[in-house]
Amino acid sequence: MNKAKKICMAAFLALILAFIYVPILLLALYSFTDATMVGGGISSLSFSNYITLFANEDLRGMIGGTVLLAFGAALLSTILGTLGAIGAFYSKKTARHLINYSNQIPVVNADVVTGFSICVLLIVMLGVEKDTYVPLVIGHTVLCAPFVYLSVMPRLRQMDNNLYEAALDLGATPSQALVKVVIPQLLPGILSGFMLAITLSLDDYFITTYTKPSTFDTISTYVVNATKGSQTEIKTALWALSTLIFIIVVVVVILMNVLSRRKEKEAHDL
Amino acid sequence: MTKLRFNRKQLCIPYALFLALFVIIPLLVIIYYAFTDGTGAFTIKNLTGFFTNTNTLGTLVYSIAIAVVTTLVCLIIAYPVAYILAKSKFKRKYVLLMLFILPMWINFTLRITALKEILTAIEGNISAYPFLNTVIGMTYDFLPFMILPLYTSLSKLDNSLAEAAADLGANGFTVFIRVTLPLSVPGIISGVTMVLLPSMTNYVVLDMLYNSTYIMGSLIGSYFSAYDWNNGSMISLILLIIIFIVTLATNRFSDDDSSRRTLL
Repeated sequence: MNKAKKICMAAFLALILAFIYVPILLLALYSFTDATMVGGGISSLSFSNYITLFANEDLRGMIGGTVLLAFGAALLSTILGTLGAIGAFYSKKTARHLINYSNQIPVVNADVVTGFSICVLLIVMLGVEKDTYVPLVIGHTVLCAPFVYLSVMPRLRQMDNNLYEAALDLGATPSQALVKVVIPQLLPGILSGFMLAITLSLDDYFITTYTKPSTFDTISTYVVNATKGSQTEIKTALWALSTLIFIIVVVVVILMNVLSRRKEKEAHDL
Repeated sequence: MTKLRFNRKQLCIPYALFLALFVIIPLLVIIYYAFTDGTGAFTIKNLTGFFTNTNTLGTLVYSIAIAVVTTLVCLIIAYPVAYILAKSKFKRKYVLLMLFILPMWINFTLRITALKEILTAIEGNISAYPFLNTVIGMTYDFLPFMILPLYTSLSKLDNSLAEAAADLGANGFTVFIRVTLPLSVPGIISGVTMVLLPSMTNYVVLDMLYNSTYIMGSLIGSYFSAYDWNNGSMISLILLIIIFIVTLATNRFSDDDSSRRTLL
């Protein structure tokens, strides 16, 4: 009885994992062939999709732009969100609550609405040119900064308040105490906020569409446009991109787990 | 002393300004545009237009249908997964959990592309099953966001409660219904909010799977393409109100730890 139950559970998990991974892995398999449709016969193996991915100027520029935007917006969000969290944490109750609630708005709001509202304010009302990339960067920062704020806040609560005071008593200026004492204490929260900001920006479609210059594309907007077009070469090159991103994500996740496991072990050994 | 504290407080000024300028003011602008026409004169035509037009009302109903069905399907799949993982004594269950969460970090348009290729291979003409495919696509997109909060909530449960119930004579089913399920409500609520609202608005999933029916998000998209800021703002406002109501209704069950912020 118990054994049968266990097998049933394992089978269920396997089924759901198959639902999640069969599409990704099949696409990965077909990305190494010259097939133009998944499910069809494979006549020969080929790296042409990967060659197109790196040789095609459009694709290269689009990938570079996406990564640059993600890092830029994440950096900006991390600075704003971290300072905002520190400041809010030591502010009076009313100010802290105001910032907390405002911070929550982009978190619960639909991305479509966030993107559209920024577009209406900046582009329609104030007439900021999309080509300056200002609306795009602001839009992505609005998307990411609240999550940095939220991942720094718990660290602030855990932090020993006396450390800052001790640093001051020992002669540090407030800014020295901040950089040398407070920020290092918050570092894990800041880093995870930064990583979260990068993944949010990379995954975004809606804010990008409503604020981007017409000649600029991120992976999301490019893929959506490509599915409407009929260029087979581009379509299959995107399979290669999907496979590469999958591999990168797997490697990063494994690395981060190994690192955190090691740190945990060190803490345990102490 | 007071001067030092003052210094730290000041650090939030840039972020407070940023939030005011690019979060609060855009919402006010949306409200202004929703109640004016192209010339800037006050009007409620955008509002009455939405609620008297059968097309836009149909869109609202269709969005709610897609969102509710997707949320239920996600919940029905995710709950057992989270439950089995949380209860399992398997040493490496963390790796298993990661396997379920990992797709979250792959760009969703690329994942939907993969799904679309498979659906095309299975169904032939995917535009023949628009509702089914949309629900499959949304589930594929949002499942990790349902599994994670449920797992967080279920793995924190105090096992001794279930054991006590069993000792007092409850059978496995009763223990689940009377003890485990009620205690996991915060996880369910947080998962539901993370799936329900995006599946009302993420029209890219529909576009990519050749479902030409509109959902609320598509309306904003089409008004954006038509430079109709006033009607677009009205749709945004209606969505904001829906989001506000859902947030308000779920807030009293909310569980701080199991929202999107614990993803990393």
